[in-house]
Amino acid sequence: MRTILPFGPQHPVLPEPIHLKLVVEDEKVVEALPNLGYVHRGLEKLTDIRDYNQMVNIVERVCGICSCIHSLNYCEAMEEMLKIEVPQRAHFLRVMWGEIHRIHSHLLWLGLFADGFGFESLFMQFWRIRERAMDLMEATAGNRVVISTNIVGGVRKDITPDMKTWILSEIDKTETEVRALEKTILEDYTVKQRCCGKGVLTKEQAHMLGAVGPMLRGSGWAQDARQTGYAAYGQLDFEPVVEYDGDSYARSKVRFREVYASCDLVRQALAKMPEGEISTKVKGKPEGEVWRRVEQPRGELYYYLKGNGSKNLDRVRIRTPTFANIPPLLAMLPGCELADVPVIVLSIDPCISCTER
Amino acid sequence: MFEMTKNVLQNLMGKSSTRLYPFTKRETFERFRGTLDINVDECIFCGTCAKKCPSQCIEVDIKGRTWTCDSFACVYCSNCVEACPVQCMFMTPVTKPPAGEKDVIFYKGKPKEPKEKKAKAAKE
Ligand code: SF4
Ligand code: SF4
Repeated sequence: MRTILPFGPQHPVLPEPIHLKLVVEDEKVVEALPNLGYVHRGLEKLTDIRDYNQMVNIVERVCGICSCIHSLNYCEAMEEMLKIEVPQRAHFLRVMWGEIHRIHSHLLWLGLFADGFGFESLFMQFWRIRERAMDLMEATAGNRVVISTNIVGGVRKDITPDMKTWILSEIDKTETEVRALEKTILEDYTVKQRCCGKGVLTKEQAHMLGAVGPMLRGSGWAQDARQTGYAAYGQLDFEPVVEYDGDSYARSKVRFREVYASCDLVRQALAKMPEGEISTKVKGKPEGEVWRRVEQPRGELYYYLKGNGSKNLDRVRIRTPTFANIPPLLAMLPGCELADVPVIVLSIDPCISCTER
Repeated sequence: MFEMTKNVLQNLMGKSSTRLYPFTKRETFERFRGTLDINVDECIFCGTCAKKCPSQCIEVDIKGRTWTCDSFACVYCSNCVEACPVQCMFMTPVTKPPAGEKDVIFYKGKPKEPKEKKAKAAKE
């Protein structure tokens, strides 16, 4: 017998209002229809009344978890439009903050994922480790989540040599602590039962439906926007993390390994960081069109900016990773058990506030 | 399972990771942007801070020499602090205490000294 089950918009583990209409036959999901639009905030419209420098703080508020990378993308696009050369040190600092942000985002997700199938203690473990990343951001940039450190033309704050040693030691501790948890969670019988072979996205599907980020890499595509070498990534050694199974398990593995990759990138960025200025003076009014893409914890983020020669921009078009990941999610759900839906929805790391703005 | 044993023992024997909040408070970091305030004696009421603020929560009245900030609309981005030409704004690493009702930070500056008086004072 077919029934339509409403799933959401409020979830116990998912702090995001996504509503899915699940068509179920007995206990099997046959079809899923998304329903979005609960948290639209009209941030893009604000370009009309805020100038391009103030927009940095506004695009940061698109998403709480990856705010630093939003502003990084916006600032890079703006700098391209205004034809500003940013000092090298600023590029490295941006990479450092971006990667600390990625660590914090992935650990948050891993905690929620553990909570998703009822591992409260594991949830606590991950969030305890995440606290290190939050402290790093508070001490270096001045805030814990929305760190407001990127500005058009560079970054706001520099780091002192003392901070550098401290950051390195904290990053080392984070990595050892996450490594200690890896075996426990990934080789656990329950976790394997709930994740292996659940919500499979094949390699072809991932490509055809335009998945991005850990979704795409979990399905066997070695594609990462960091390879394009924006900010200082071009000067660092970097390999995308790839897994081949395409199920929830592969995706969580990708995120685990990306934490290590991020730790490594922070170390590299700190080692290769040159001395010098951290920002340049910005002159002129933006004119023309640019688009940029960067890699967020959840996937590829795309910005399109259009300036008209005044200090307000004409358009700020943002495509966030979750938006690209919703079609693959709808392809993954049919055929799964109803009880697996929360874990599968969580496995795309949905950020609905990001998607709707 | 055995990898976790060390962790479990640490959790059992060691200190707890959380604090008893209202009694033990964590030290904030030096750079933490906690509260916004100005040194009103140095302020020249130029209005730069009001122009730079992304949430438009500052109002500066040049004639009446008043400076008002709706601190509940402030997002603590420190744009204003950096833009101030006389550097009279500052952010202290103290978290704002909980408040029962909305309040605004309001300052009234001293009336401007006439120019001749200043010049005279400089001569003497
Ligand atoms: S920018 Fe500084 S000097 Fe000017 S009005 Fe604001 S606080 Fe006063
Ligand atoms: S800190 Fe930011 S939001 Fe607050 S008053 Fe200053 S510019 Fe406005």
